Parts: sequence; structure tokens; C-alpha cells
Amino acid sequence: MISGGSDTSYRKQSVVGRRMFILSAAKLVVFGGIIAQLFSLQINQNKKYLTLSDKNRLREWKLPPIRGDFQDFFGNTIAGNLKVYQLHIIPEQVENFNNLIIRVKDILELDQNTFSKIIKKKNSQKPWETLIISENLSWDQFVKINFYLHELSGVKPVLSVARSYPYNENYTHLLGYVAQASQKDLTNNDEIKKKHVPGLRVGKIGLERSLENDLIGMNGVQRYEVNAYGKRINQIDHIEGQKGKSIRLTVDTKIQQKCNELLKDRAGSISVMDIYTGDILAMHSSPSFDPNLFLYGISYENWEAIRNNPKKPLINRSITGLYPPGSTIKPIVALSALENNIISPNFKVNCSGKIEMYGQTYNCWKKEGHGVVNLRDALKVSCDTYFYEMSRRLGVDRLNETAKKFGLGNKVFNDIFNEEKVGLVPSTEWKKNALGRGWVLGETLITGIGQGYIQTTPLQLCLMTAQLANGGFKINPKVIVNKDDLTFEEIKFKMSENLEKKIQGPDFDNALVDLGTSSSKEDNLFNPLFRNQENVKFVLEAMFASTNEVRGTSYSSRIEDKKYQFAGKTGTSQVKRITEAQRELDLDISQIPYEDRDHALYIAFGPYKNPRYAMSIFIEHGGSGGSTAAPMAKKLFKVVIDQHEEREKFKQKNINFVA
Amino acid sequence: MFQETALSGQITFFQKLRSLDYILLFCLLILGLISSLSMYSTEGGEVLYHTKSHVIRFIVFFSMMLIFSFVNLKLWHSIGYIFYFVVLCLLIWASLYGVKASGSQRWVDLYFINLQPSELMKVAIIMCFAKFYHRTQIHLVNSFKNIIVPMVVLIVPILLVVSQPDLGTSILIGLSGLVVLWLSGVNAKYFIYSSLILLISLPFVISFLKPYQKLRILTFFNPDRDPLGAGYQIIQSKIAVGSGGLSGKGFLKGTQSYLDFLPEKHTDFIFTLFSEEHGFIGSVLLLFLYAIIIYRTAKIGASARSFFGKLFCYGFASSIFIYVTVNMSMVLGLLPIVGSPLPIMSYGGSSMLATMIGFSVVMSTKIYQKQIIA
Repeated sequence: MISGGSDTSYRKQSVVGRRMFILSAAKLVVFGGIIAQLFSLQINQNKKYLTLSDKNRLREWKLPPIRGDFQDFFGNTIAGNLKVYQLHIIPEQVENFNNLIIRVKDILELDQNTFSKIIKKKNSQKPWETLIISENLSWDQFVKINFYLHELSGVKPVLSVARSYPYNENYTHLLGYVAQASQKDLTNNDEIKKKHVPGLRVGKIGLERSLENDLIGMNGVQRYEVNAYGKRINQIDHIEGQKGKSIRLTVDTKIQQKCNELLKDRAGSISVMDIYTGDILAMHSSPSFDPNLFLYGISYENWEAIRNNPKKPLINRSITGLYPPGSTIKPIVALSALENNIISPNFKVNCSGKIEMYGQTYNCWKKEGHGVVNLRDALKVSCDTYFYEMSRRLGVDRLNETAKKFGLGNKVFNDIFNEEKVGLVPSTEWKKNALGRGWVLGETLITGIGQGYIQTTPLQLCLMTAQLANGGFKINPKVIVNKDDLTFEEIKFKMSENLEKKIQGPDFDNALVDLGTSSSKEDNLFNPLFRNQENVKFVLEAMFASTNEVRGTSYSSRIEDKKYQFAGKTGTSQVKRITEAQRELDLDISQIPYEDRDHALYIAFGPYKNPRYAMSIFIEHGGSGGSTAAPMAKKLFKVVIDQHEEREKFKQKNINFVA
Repeated sequence: MFQETALSGQITFFQKLRSLDYILLFCLLILGLISSLSMYSTEGGEVLYHTKSHVIRFIVFFSMMLIFSFVNLKLWHSIGYIFYFVVLCLLIWASLYGVKASGSQRWVDLYFINLQPSELMKVAIIMCFAKFYHRTQIHLVNSFKNIIVPMVVLIVPILLVVSQPDLGTSILIGLSGLVVLWLSGVNAKYFIYSSLILLISLPFVISFLKPYQKLRILTFFNPDRDPLGAGYQIIQSKIAVGSGGLSGKGFLKGTQSYLDFLPEKHTDFIFTLFSEEHGFIGSVLLLFLYAIIIYRTAKIGASARSFFGKLFCYGFASSIFIYVTVNMSMVLGLLPIVGSPLPIMSYGGSSMLATMIGFSVVMSTKIYQKQIIA
């Protein structure tokens, strides 16, 4: 038993020993495998997993970029960033949110509506996300909050920036305004999409919108370590953002403000342009509104007030308003007739107050007629009869060519304002294509006095005037100051150089033919738009007469001081066809319903001796140009010329100043 | 018979004390220290609930192990079956009246401790088989009866544990049992045949698995299938280990761990945390520590005269090896995720208790290495 036992015991021992040995060898192999896997993960693929681990734990928070400023010509900020006092709460860090929020409500005197909005917002976000109680605390509220701060733990008064327009309604249509980026903004502009943070304000219209990519700036970045649930644990890194480009405009705030003042309570537009550099000194559309209202989301009442205003403050009349130019087109009609040798300045017409043509009666604005008038007189007194006859001889197509050359029927800015309208200068071809009907000769007559199909924007009229006033040269209208802008002297030199070339080169006439339709502005810049400069000079002289000679339509608005003396042309464009019966009535303006009243227009340039500036004034349903629009020019020219000296002084001091 | 008593009578307390395996004890203490520090790290460098109870458990169970080491190996031998049956009863108790937690019913409420009998079964099965084969003569090992009985003894607790459900522990119990069967001389062909049968029946077995278990297997083969769901654990674990690099992110600096990306970091994924903080060097050293423990345990077995002691030590050493391998392979993405703790390192009282009971028997084998058990 014992010996047998020990035998089996020995055999058992040897079996188990042998098998344990095999097992041990296997164990070594397996441990080797584990070490190999550790090596593979930790040494070979370390970089990959380190990246993945950082991706896990690090989150970047983009900070809103600070928007670039807009400055006027003198470097005054016309759209900037205001320090605003905000109130933030991180609900998670607050012991009793409900008590706190009620206390804050009492201190800030929030109304029930705002309060429930805050509660709603709080419920929609994560407890560790910042809850903005107020985006814009008044100074009083800010002081009050700071006074009670010790008992409001978890409440953070924060200094932030917000867009501000210090000149309120003055620059609204030019600059546009900013508001919270919409889904549409994000899909249309990659730059916005890239830089978007909740609450980012982007340009909605005007220059704020078209220059968005320059203005927007660079996001600052805060890098946080977060845990698996996305909660921020601590800040790792902070990269400062970069403020967007500041953009200096050509506009002159004094002039702009004067325009706003002149147009007060009226619907209309005033534009002022440097006739050589093309600088827009002012461009105002009225009525306007305060763009600051849009910053924190406009209130319902304010929005309704703007929307329901019958004078439509949202429309930028200067570039999107299309109106018949009325008699302000006459200088171009006259120029076209002279350029095409249709008439000589001595051509005379006897005006009896109306003219019968093609079986229809065409009336002159002056019922009793102007008698026998030549071209100069016709422009001076704005005789419609003369222009009917002249247009009949000229034909609409030749008029179209000249008008387009001088800037009508084309966008004034190529791409800055995407809402800008083209306008319409009719031609026989246009009518056939657009309306499918042949041109009727009678339509030529009314086109010749700026009625009918023809439609222009107030700014187009301003450009037209500028290009006449500078002697008939193409200029480049602009609102943004660039470092490489040519100076007045350089442009003048270029123009005379180009004139010289034209006189010497016989082919020049032909090259000019397609000028009006050419899309590239740069090619023809500062080139003559005329065939014979004498014709331009004649028209300018006639415009002088219209303002500064007795019987001229804007004689009463003249300035005799040579320094301010200007020349202009009135325009009164009909909104509605006037029946014979109405004409007989000869109603006073106050007796006609507002929507039926004539538009009042005035184009002018000055100082007459050495013209530098052109302007166009448009008053919607303002009555006659001579009585409503021209007096404004008189007031405005004083400011424009006075500011000219200021601008020259500023230029001397800041030769390379851009922004 | 007389000889034995005389022999045992000769051993004084100091002799016993001297014959303890101090290298093994030292390694276990080091492991206890490492595990406590790791637990401290899981709590973000604060001594909180887990650290406290882990340290207390380690001290209590380690002391208990020291005391139990002096228990005569004969006593361990004599309670071999009883221990198995008690644990089996506890398993049945657990599946009938056990404490439910996170979808499975594994615990028995013993008032002072929530015991997980399946963990104890991991040791009990080894003790039971050691006794069984101690008494079985070598030429009878492969007899029909001696194959069927151990199979039943092994399969019953496995089924009970699977039904809890706890796939991981049942696999570990199965492997521990099988390794003892292998060591005790069961014909190799049975292992080969049964592996073949298992392989063939695998599709059927899978069809019986719970949906979450199936998902885990699918996820193992392609963790990116569902990176935020079932694949999340393994992906995050690999990121943690991989980002540790050569020397690790440093103690208490494991970002995956303290930012809560790591799941189950106290228990099954404690090695991941350790590996993230101490890198390749640390991980290899820890593995080396386990290797020493396994080696010392096996060495005690080699020098034991009694077959019970030898088989238990070999079996227990192999089990420790299996636990370590399965756990590490799992967190390193070499095996599917099944619940399996890393001995002593992982948080868990029952696991610690079972391990320490095992080492008590190992130490007892060392002290009574010359003893022969009839």
C-alpha cells in the first residue's frame, strides 16, 4: 500500500511537474505577448494615442472677434466698438439659482417679459454655460449690481464690446448695421461660418455687409481642459484675437450731418461727390433710423415703427431708389444733341406752352410758354417744348449712348453695395427686347424731359453731374480711402494728358464709342467722355445761367459769393400722368395727396470758377425742384466749400494717413 | 502515520515563521501599496471611499492571510470539499436571494460584507480539485468516472455564475478548473477534443448569449463600430495606455482617468490607469511583479511533498497568471471586454478575500512543505 502509494505518488508528481513546465513556458510566451502589445501601444503608437488623448481632453472656445471700425475722412469713428457692461451668471456655480435670479430681477428692475426670457434661456443651455442676464447694463444698473455684489455670489459683471454708431441715423444707409448672424449669413459667407460664435454680430446691409470679411477680425481662442461630460476643468491657453481692419471712408461727417438736417422729416436723398477723385463726401437717404436699435435685437415697437413708416426708412434711396430724373436729364440731352451735331446752340424753338406732335399734345411746364428760346435759354428756363423738338431730332438711341457714358443706367459702384440698382435708360432695342413692342416716337419726347421709361438713382445723377462738371471725364466713384488713391493734382494731370492724346489721335473717337457699355471701369478712367469739350463747356455755362441769371429756374437759390457760387439744374418729375382737367386746376402742392405730388430734384456743381464738387438732391414727392430742392443746395454748398478747406488742411497734415 | 505527527510536532512556531516565503510576502505588500496608490489616483489624489476601504481590506485580508498561513495544510486538505460546497451553496443563495446591482445578481448580503461567492469559487474549485486528484491514483485519472465527476463539479458553478449573469468570472472559474485538470494528468486529447467541440458549438453558444454580451464580442473585433457605445470602453482604454508612452504621464496626472474618460477605473480598468500614469516601464515592472509572485507560488508548489499542496500551488499560480493575462489582454484590446479584476490591484473585497485565502494555502504549503497528507 505504502510502496504502491509512493509509486503512484511519484508518477503523479512527475506528470504534474512535466505539465507545469509546459504551462510555465506558455506563460512566458503569453506575458511576452502582453509586453509586445504594451510596446506597440505605448512606444510605437504613442503619438497617435497622445493626439487622441489630447483631442479627448482639450476643447477650444472661440471668442467673438472684435470688429474693425469705420472712420470718416478725418479719422473720426463713425462705427466703432463700445464698451458695454454685461451681467453673466454661470448657473452651476450658484447655490440657489432661483433666489439669486429674483434678487437680480429686483435690483435691475427687469420686467416680467425679459425675466421669463432669461429663465427660458437658462433652461435651454447646460448648467456650466454662461447665462447672459443683460447684454447692455446701464451705468446705473452696473453700479447697483456692484454695490450688491457681495450678496450675489455667482453673478459676474463683465466688460464687453458691442457695435456702436455714434452718429446714430446719420450713416445708417451707407454703413448698414450689424445684427446676430443668421443661418443664411453662415451659409452665404464662409468667413462668417469659420469665425462664428453664438451671438456674433455680422453686417446685414450696406458697407457693414459688403466689407464683412475685412471687418470681422480674428477670433481669440481659449483652450480648456474638459472632462468626459464636457465640463471645463481648467484653462490651458489663451490666444488673443485680432481686431478687424479699420476702414476709412471718404465721407465727411459735417456734410453728412448737414444732409441729414436738410432732409429732416422728408423722404429723399442727397449725395455729394468730389468731381475729380470720385470721393463720396456724403450720401444720405431719408428718413433714416438709428442702427444702434438693431444691436441687441430690435424691440417690436421700434421695428413696427420703422416698418410701417409710410416714408419707408429701410430703403436706401441714394442707390436703390429709382425715379424719373425729370429736367435734371436736360444737360445730357443737350450735350447729346450737340455732340451728335443735331443742332447748333443757336437753334431756336418758339415755345407756346404746348406742342402738337403725332396727334398728341405735349405740354411745357410753363402754360403760357417761353416764347422763342435758344439752347442756352432752354436749359436755363428748362423749356420742355424746346427739348421735345430737340429729342425728336436726336432720337432715343443717341441719347441713350450719351446718358450711359455719363453714368446713367449703370451701377455707380461695381460691387460695394449689392442692393444697388442699375436704373434704366431706354432705347429702341431695349424696348423691343424687354417689352416686345416697337419704340413709339412720342416716347422719345418724354424721355427728353426725363419722364417715361427712364429711371435713375439719385447717386447716378450725382455722378453724371460730376462727370460733366470736371469737363467731361470719366471718374471712379468711391467711398473707401486707399493708400494708392490718386490725388486731385495727379488726376487733373491725367485728364489733361488724356485730352491731349484725344486731340492728337484721330482714332480716339472710335475707341470711345463703346465706352458706355464697357464693364471695366479702370480702362477708361479719366478719359474724355465727349467728342468736343466745347459742348460740355457750353452745357456747364447754361447750367450756370440756370442758377445765376434772372429767369433761371433756381435763380432764387444762387450764391453770389464767388467762393461758394454754384451752377445747377432743377428737375420736377411727375409721378402720375396729369390730365388736362388737373392741369387747368393748377393746384397748390398742399392740395395734392402726398403720393401724387411731384418729385423735386436738383443737381449742382461748384464752385463755378473752379468746380470741385457735384451734388444731387432728391426729394420724394417734394413738389418742384426749384422751390424745394435747390434751396437745400444753397445751404449745403456753404458747408461743402467750408469743409473743403478743412479737408485740404487735413490732407496736408496726414499725407499717408489711411486708417 | 506516526512519522507525520512526529514531523509536524517538530516544527516550532519560530521555525514556521522562518519558513514563510518572505519574497512572496514582500511582493504582495508592494502590490498592495501600488494598488492603494492607484486607488488614490482614481479618486483624483484624494483619500476617499474607495481608497480607504481598499487599504483597510488589504490590511485586514493580508493579516488574515498571515494568520491562516499557520493553519496546518492537512486542515486545508480536509476542508477542500466542504469549502467548495459552502461556496456553491452561497452561489445558489446569491442567485435566489442575492443583492442585485447594475443588472446582475452576484452578491450575498452577509451584513458586515457584501460577498461575491463567484470570486471565492475561483479558489474553491482549485482546492476542491487539488483534494480530488490528491486522492485519485494516477492510472485512474482518465477513467470515465474520474472525468465525469470533475466536469460536473466544474460545470455546475459555471452555469450558476453565467446565469447571474457574469460571463467574466465564469470564464475565469472554468479556466482555473481546467488548468488543474490539465496539471493533474487528464489526457491531452480530452482538451483537444473539447476545444474542437467548443469551436464548433461556438455559434450556438453565441446565440444563447445576452445581447450586451454579443455586442461586446462584436465590438472586440471592431471597436470603431460604435465608438460612443459599446466600443467606448476599449477605445478609451487604449487611448489611455497608448498616450502613457515610455514613462507615463506621471502619478495623479493621467488625464484620461481624472477627466473621467476611463470607465470602471477602480475595478477592471485599474491597469489602464496605472499604465497611463507610469507608462511602458511601469507596466512592465508591474507585470514583472506578478511574474515573481506567480514564480514564487509555483516554486513553493515544486518543493511541496504533498500532492494536494503541490497541485494547489501550481493551480493557484496558474490561476493568478490567467487573471492577470485576461485582465491585461482585455484592457489592451487583445480580448473582448469581460468583467475580470486584476488580483489585488482591482477594487473588490471578495476578489481580495479569495486571493488572500489562496495565498494562505500557498504559505501553509510552504510551512508544511515536508508534510505528507495521506
